[in-house]
Amino acid sequence: MGVWFSFWVVVGLILVALIGAGLLNLSVIFGVVFPYLALVVFLVGLIYRVVQWGKTPVPFHIPTTCGQQKSLSWIKYSKLESPATGWEVFLRMFLEVVAFRSLFRNLRTEMGPGFRPVYGSSKWLWLGGIAFHYSFLIVFLRHLRFFTQPPSKLVSIIDSFDGFLQIGHPHLQLTGVVLFFAALYLFLRRLYIPQVRYISLPADYFPLLLIMGIAGSGILMRYFIKTDITKVKELTMGLATFHPKVPEGIGVIFYVHIFLVSVLFAYFPFSKLVHLGGVFLSPTRNLANNSRMKRHINPWDYPVKVHTYEEYEEEFREKMKMAGIPVEKDIEEEETEEKEQEEKE
Amino acid sequence: MYDGGKIITGIVIFLLFALFPIYSNFGKTYKPPKPDLNTPEIQKMEVKKCVEPKEYMRAEHMKLLVDWRDAALREGKRTYINSRGESYFISLQNTCMRCHSDKKKFCDECHKHAGVSPYCWDCHFAK
Ligand code: HEC
Ligand code: HEC
Ligand code: HEC
Ligand code: HEM
Repeated sequence: MGVWFSFWVVVGLILVALIGAGLLNLSVIFGVVFPYLALVVFLVGLIYRVVQWGKTPVPFHIPTTCGQQKSLSWIKYSKLESPATGWEVFLRMFLEVVAFRSLFRNLRTEMGPGFRPVYGSSKWLWLGGIAFHYSFLIVFLRHLRFFTQPPSKLVSIIDSFDGFLQIGHPHLQLTGVVLFFAALYLFLRRLYIPQVRYISLPADYFPLLLIMGIAGSGILMRYFIKTDITKVKELTMGLATFHPKVPEGIGVIFYVHIFLVSVLFAYFPFSKLVHLGGVFLSPTRNLANNSRMKRHINPWDYPVKVHTYEEYEEEFREKMKMAGIPVEKDIEEEETEEKEQEEKE
Repeated sequence: MYDGGKIITGIVIFLLFALFPIYSNFGKTYKPPKPDLNTPEIQKMEVKKCVEPKEYMRAEHMKLLVDWRDAALREGKRTYINSRGESYFISLQNTCMRCHSDKKKFCDECHKHAGVSPYCWDCHFAK
């Protein structure tokens, strides 16, 4: 079963970090070697994938649209749903990326009375997706405090909103919790909706469980199993300045967290997570619906060797006649033609 | 590559974001904070010990402070017995800050690296 497989892989990864950094004292490997390796795999892998997509020809002009196309000047057309210019495509892409517009259109289909499908609005997936991605982004940006000195101004601005409830010390940051529960929701959605479960693979469960592991270990480290954050920053700044060092006395929970993060980054280019780059290269989204104004030339086009019917009949005329198959030109006709030509000459 | 110009621009923008920690720190070395323990009160001590062991204090002092506040204000308990069995009077100003009297060189020294600015000083005196 995909779920259990993914679950045990994540548990296994946590155990690897617990044993490696906790028992075997391999903190240099988990704190320095793996993060650097993961970063290289992430960057090279992602760029490689994007370049590969860039090299792939788009044979057909296939924007998916859902609005009136630009045609005659007096027909109003839908600039966002059926963009005709590069600028309109840009706006459409921008809203797609920041607001997940196409997911907003997600529908639920149910069998109504008399076996008629009934479509209902279903915004939960959109809401879960938005909550998940934005809280991930904010948590990610907040982590900049570990990689800038003095901590970036951006971090304190975010923090003043994110921690405004001022609960506890260290104070509760809402997005960390939202991230965990949004990922949990997206995971449970795959488990509990039979249709979604049917099409879910380990590659769908694993990233969600992994991110829940990352958020979970981060939350544990911040609020429950605390570790020396000043030393953590020494380590992370060491990574950023290429003077890596591993201070003594960082709790193993940190190595669990950073190992899961390393796995996430290294796994990124090989998985569905590359939609980070892929969304920008989707021909259904990034092409203008202007095929009536501009001819889209298939870059694959090459002079195809064709065998026309005339040539075919020429080749098999006698056999065709013998088999009683009608031909366009008779043999006599052909002969008279030949004679005429000879006469001309 | 098709649309190479646009794709390469995209990749460059991506790298500008992704590598920000690396180029913004380029050529710098990081000096970890050195909280200053050189205060009159600590100078007077024979064995220089905090309320709890140093490692515990570094990781958990914020939790300890909240526990102290809750103990004092919600349970009315004003003495704290530490792991060594010694008792301390529960007070931010009169206990912590009596020893760590130079807040700027002690608390703030670490906090400006961690990017936290505890709001305790809105009400409490540091000395
Ligand atoms: C060794 C460095 C260090 C010293 C010294 C230090 N702190 Fe901290 N303190 C930290 C770190 C790091 C954090 C942030 C922890 C986190 O974000 O998880 C913190 C957080 C806090 C918080 C919680 C802040 C919040 O908004 O969540 C309080 C309160 C606090 N410290 C009080 C003090 C006081 C009072 C002193 C001086 C007596 C002090 N600290 C000295 C490192 C230090
Ligand atoms: C009796 C004096 C005394 C009191 C009271 C005291 N401390 Fe300390 N504190 C020290 C000494 C001495 C050290 C250095 C300990 C060591 O080096 O082992 C220290 C270390 C620390 C450290 C670690 C600093 C470092 O260099 O890593 C923190 C954080 C800290 N104290 C916070 C507090 C807080 C918060 C309180 C109040 C709850 C407090 N201290 C109360 C004397 C005191
Ligand atoms: C809104 C003002 C205010 C803020 C902000 C505040 N406190 Fe207090 N605190 C008080 C008051 C009032 C008392 C009660 C004093 C008493 O009864 O002795 C108190 C008492 C305490 C006590 C126990 C008694 C004592 O003398 O220290 C602790 C410990 C404490 N606060 C810690 C903190 C910490 C840590 C912070 C910052 C994270 C903080 N407080 C922020 C107002 C505040
Ligand atoms: C470069 C790799 C990373 C490092 C070094 C790192 C380090 C840390 C540390 C030290 C904490 C504890 C913070 C504190 O006590 O205040 C933490 C918390 C946390 N981390 Fe990470 N982390 C990394 C990447 C990530 C990523 C990619 C995610 C996103 C999934 C993430 C999610 C969290 C969460 C949710 C918390 C809980 C606290 C919060 O809401 O900020 N971490 N991380």
